[in-house]
Amino acid sequence: MPKRTDIDSILIIGAGPIVIGQACEFDYSGAQACKALKEEGYRVILVNSNPATIMTDPETADAVYIEPVDWTALEQVIAKEKPDALLPTMGGQTGLNCALDLVREGVLQKYDVEMIGASREAIDMAEDRELFRKAMGEIGLETAQAEIAHSIEEAIEKQAEVGYPTIIRPSFTLGGTGGGIAYNQEEFRRIVTHGLEMSPTTEILLEESVIGWKEFEMEVVRDKNDNCIIVCSIENLDPMGVHTGDSITVAPAQTLTDKEYQRMRNASIDVLRKIGVETGGSNVQFAINPEDGRLIIVEMNPRVSRSSALASKATGFPIAKIAAKLAVGYTLDELKNEITGGQTPASFEPSIDYVVTKIPRFTFEKFPGAVDRLTTQMKSVGEVMAIGRNFQESLQKALRGLETGVTGLDEMMPAAVDEEEKVRLRQELRLPGPDRLFFVADAMRQGFTIDEIFTLSGIDPWFLVQIADLVREENSIREGGLNELEADRLRLLKRKGFSDARIATLTSRKESEIRKRRIEADIRPVFKRVDTCAAEFATTTAYMYSTYEEECEAMPTDKEKIMILGGGPNRIGQGIEFDYCCVHAALALREAGYETIMVNCNPETVSTDYDTSDRLYFESLTFEDVMEVIEVEKPKGVIVQYGGQTPLKLARELQAAGAPIIGTSPDSIDLAEDRERFQKLVHDLDLKQPPNQVARSTEEAIAMGATVGYPLVVRPSYVLGGRAMEIVHGDDDLAAYMEAAIDVSNDSPVLLDRFLDRAIEVDVDAICDGEQVFIGGIMEHIEQAGVHSGDSGCSIPPFSLGSELQEILIEQVGKLAEGLKVVGLMNTQFAIQNDVVYLLEVNPRASRTVPFVSKATGVPLAKIAARVMVGESLKQQGFVKQRIPPYFSVKEAVFPFLKFPGADPILGPEMKSTGEVMGVGRSFGEAYAKAQLASGVVLPTSGTALISVRNRDKNRAVELANILLERGFAIVATEGTAKFLSEAGVECRCAKKVLEGRPHIVDMIKNREISLIVNTTEGKQAIRESESIRGEAVRTNVTYYTTLDAAIESCKALEHLGNAEVNCLQDLHKEVAV
Amino acid sequence: MSTPAVLALQDGTIFRGVSVGAEGKTIGEVVFNTAMTGYQEILTDPSYCRQIVTLTYPHIGNTGTNSDDMESSRIHASGLVIRDSSMIASSWRSEQTLSEFLIAGNLVAIAEIDTRKLTRILREKGAMSGCIMTGNINVEMAIEHANKFPGIGGMDLAKFVTTKQPYQWSQGNNFGESSRILSRRIAPYHVVVYDYGIKRTILQMLSDLDCRMTVVPATMSASEVMELAPDGIFLSNGPGDPEPCDYAIAAIEEILESEVPVFGICLGHQLLALAAGGKTEKMKFGHHGANHPVQDLGNGRVLITSQRITASRWMQTHCPPMFR
Repeated sequence: MPKRTDIDSILIIGAGPIVIGQACEFDYSGAQACKALKEEGYRVILVNSNPATIMTDPETADAVYIEPVDWTALEQVIAKEKPDALLPTMGGQTGLNCALDLVREGVLQKYDVEMIGASREAIDMAEDRELFRKAMGEIGLETAQAEIAHSIEEAIEKQAEVGYPTIIRPSFTLGGTGGGIAYNQEEFRRIVTHGLEMSPTTEILLEESVIGWKEFEMEVVRDKNDNCIIVCSIENLDPMGVHTGDSITVAPAQTLTDKEYQRMRNASIDVLRKIGVETGGSNVQFAINPEDGRLIIVEMNPRVSRSSALASKATGFPIAKIAAKLAVGYTLDELKNEITGGQTPASFEPSIDYVVTKIPRFTFEKFPGAVDRLTTQMKSVGEVMAIGRNFQESLQKALRGLETGVTGLDEMMPAAVDEEEKVRLRQELRLPGPDRLFFVADAMRQGFTIDEIFTLSGIDPWFLVQIADLVREENSIREGGLNELEADRLRLLKRKGFSDARIATLTSRKESEIRKRRIEADIRPVFKRVDTCAAEFATTTAYMYSTYEEECEAMPTDKEKIMILGGGPNRIGQGIEFDYCCVHAALALREAGYETIMVNCNPETVSTDYDTSDRLYFESLTFEDVMEVIEVEKPKGVIVQYGGQTPLKLARELQAAGAPIIGTSPDSIDLAEDRERFQKLVHDLDLKQPPNQVARSTEEAIAMGATVGYPLVVRPSYVLGGRAMEIVHGDDDLAAYMEAAIDVSNDSPVLLDRFLDRAIEVDVDAICDGEQVFIGGIMEHIEQAGVHSGDSGCSIPPFSLGSELQEILIEQVGKLAEGLKVVGLMNTQFAIQNDVVYLLEVNPRASRTVPFVSKATGVPLAKIAARVMVGESLKQQGFVKQRIPPYFSVKEAVFPFLKFPGADPILGPEMKSTGEVMGVGRSFGEAYAKAQLASGVVLPTSGTALISVRNRDKNRAVELANILLERGFAIVATEGTAKFLSEAGVECRCAKKVLEGRPHIVDMIKNREISLIVNTTEGKQAIRESESIRGEAVRTNVTYYTTLDAAIESCKALEHLGNAEVNCLQDLHKEVAV
Repeated sequence: MSTPAVLALQDGTIFRGVSVGAEGKTIGEVVFNTAMTGYQEILTDPSYCRQIVTLTYPHIGNTGTNSDDMESSRIHASGLVIRDSSMIASSWRSEQTLSEFLIAGNLVAIAEIDTRKLTRILREKGAMSGCIMTGNINVEMAIEHANKFPGIGGMDLAKFVTTKQPYQWSQGNNFGESSRILSRRIAPYHVVVYDYGIKRTILQMLSDLDCRMTVVPATMSASEVMELAPDGIFLSNGPGDPEPCDYAIAAIEEILESEVPVFGICLGHQLLALAAGGKTEKMKFGHHGANHPVQDLGNGRVLITSQRITASRWMQTHCPPMFR
């Protein structure tokens, strides 16, 4: 039966901001769902607070609401739009939980909205640990022995039955938040307390440990006629004990016989039936005891997930798109599989003839203090996927795609290690951290046997022998050197996935020498297609991967084409915003008549959806891999400015190899990034920078410190996201920084800038076509200079800057655009101190703020700039005058501190946020309040506020305290602050700092006496001393601010809570004057 | 170190790789199968008699082989073509590595070739005769051998692979849910199974459905079968062309006169169609895989099936209503 005609409009809930465990895969699935339902003629209404998504583009849905993913906001949208149905399965755990809230609050019933794709009962049964266990028992599936607890006392009592180690899983949390593995009672108490806090139902599951068992996932799709297919099986290389999001995973499953596979296949379909997933995709996880094959079911997700995005990319089967169509009544046999050009129906189970490897990307270096061991709570921030014709090739391609500097199985340890180091090696194998795979290779180099490594790590020997084979090959490359690399030998190595760069390292040669030899021997990769059917049917879809085989299926066309290089795995500082830009470039250039080619290796993204571009190459973004694609495709232009730092780093080398880079030239990009060259330009243009110097040694730095003047902002050159950026207050701090900085930037210099105290920071996004400059937006930051721009909130239009200052900024941007010969996007950061404008930096490329500006103003900057890059002027496109909206849009950052207990949540010059949200309002206050709500900050409306601020904030602390008193708060302050406040006539109590004896402020936080914390601090010593305040705030979920600006604006915004209106983006954009 | 091997197709296409099975040469019809698991089952399925099987999934042999997963007593395929032979067998059930199994079963096999290219050729040109040769390779000779293979069309292979003597079968699926099955009472239904090349899994599944089986040779007459007083008759899967199996068609025609329910799978189904007055024709390249959807036109349900069908299209219009 075809689609339902009794519903006309459908509401889709997005996943909100990017957080650990919920990243851009939900933009991929949500955007697919919107497209699929629009295609069917439904009116699609979308709510998502994340502006950096494709799904919140005005073209994606009929009515887009960039509003908090919160039931109260959703109720307003429902009241306004009156949708017939709600599809809750596309927005991750956040979307699903929000849908459940709507049911619980009676909203859906009140407005007669039908939930499609999943029922409340099904969601409950899948998510509620106890219901799930019972249900599984009823269909004869085993689950790990487990006990439910709702309090710490109950947990301790029941733990005895489960034994150590105990797995703790809170109910209804995403990415395993608040869960963990306890090996002793102390750990148990700590994790349970935290887990109970985190679970919205104060419920945790204490589970028998199946650590070390083999772990598998099945991606299942079911329709209303009970037709079921398995889209993909996935095997985790890291066995049970490591969250699947943090595991290296391989598709399809490698170590199952057909009997075991079929048993798991049947079981997963039984699970969907039992849970009652009537239509749509689900992910079912299993564990198998490697000793005897005992199978237990771990969990299931009745919605699209990170794994389903991976499965879609791994097979070419678009799960979210199909799931959306099934939700409106189609059945699998009625839907066509587009990748085979409709030769197969969607009921055809994908079969693949390659191996897919996914490797997570971690950023523990950003969170000193955080425990970097991998457990049941997800900690990675991104992932890379690679496709190869065998496991070795796919693994090594994925490794070099990680962009952590490795080019293969790079050594973590020196060749000769002592016994102590071997103990550490064993530890690394047993208790996995982010680099376990590399330690596995190191263990092999140290002569550990496969058995030994298997016993320690639980990694299946099937994977281990192949890694051992790679290590053996490496040894022989190292011994034989370049001369022994005959053509046959080199071809064999390439078939095992060795990169030119890795072979170069092993032979102590340059990558270019290996490349030259390879090309002379005519050893080039071919491109094979991802077709869902293992070549059984011909495909017209150009979704490709490279491999070393005989036959190439690339079949490039002779059309005019533009190639876009993506951003690789998500990390802090480079995420969905850049993917958004790449997708827009592809869409705009396709519209302009070009064939578009995307190169990227991030499976979570919209850019790697095979129909975003005309042709998709799923390749790691290394010089070698990208250049091979360029040589096959021979594009007219290559865009490197949209994918963040990743493709930019390749620009020079690609250009030197003959790649036609379009837009701003690599030389100009270098000019903007190279401090000394840039200084000269600033000087020539007669602009002002904060006093600064470039130091190449510690001695030099100390000498310069005095002339520039403390406090200083110090950072290595060529970094993104403020990596290793710090504010130092004296020689000692600076010396310590310099010692640590050397390995960050490999001999490249360190930059010293005078830190501009109490300056307003401003970002300006603009487009230049070589002649004219179009100002996209001026963003005034909420936090003062000193907080990384990616971590600070900002507002369009500016909320306090006068028009004269804005004119000065625009003029300076114009000069810079001309000076840098920008063709395309540019982002400029300024600091304004006492009405003097200082230039902080210029980035002649796509910036993190492009999607936010585009959503705020209705001007698709990335698209316009892409057309500029292929020669269409701004004037031709009709974009000359800046468009200033008559409403406010506020961007707010979202942080992962909850996932990293132990890391200090203080904000500074190094970026730490994973995502962002946007709030829109008629006033700045309203927009700010909505942004706070959307970012998950619960603004308390009453109680006691704790204020503890550094000296230079004390005047403003008075302002803050008065606002709080006015709103009925009581105030507690630490000694210095309390004294100052009292002297200013503010009524407050004095509390002890931690070092001043008990009961102190941390005791008060623990005892729930505090509902709001404002703590600003500076200087290494003071930061260390006050860390426990912030840490406790994170642990106990008390709202806290580490900048006074944010605290004051938030308190001012309190009055807007509860009476904000929801706005449809399309309507807002109509208000913007052209 | 490794022994070279070559796969030659009748059209002269050559693939060079390495030998991963027995030494020597083999000829047969080259087909491909897209299933990602089940290589041991495929190799021991009598339906693959006289066929050289190409597996499109690149890693083969990962879990080794074991005595429980045999579909018959031995390997029936004529040759094996794969991309990568597993370095080790990793499974708690493994008894032999794939290579050991191939050598013990005297099967010639080639690895390290572009199996996707081969699949593309077979998809475009249809199934072809081919020859795998290992060790001292003579390419011209290999092509010649490939061309000498007469093809499977018109070949009665059921007679070749069928059991010589009738036997009883009452064993269920011994994997996973064994406890449930062992506790069953004596099976009430007696099914006579015509063995045209039967897979053990089918017998096990029938056993799980409360049937006890008498498996009989393909050539047994209808009257002899009727004497066994069956509650139902099952026509098994099997290799080759159904048309030359006139003895089977004649027996089935006779059985259809009776009231005993009859059903068939694969070759058995085709024979049933022929006996009922239908026709069969060979597909360009058969459906070989584990992912093909089949829709029950009666209720619209779609089931995912494992298929190995080379001559499957019989004309439904020619069939009597009892087929549905």
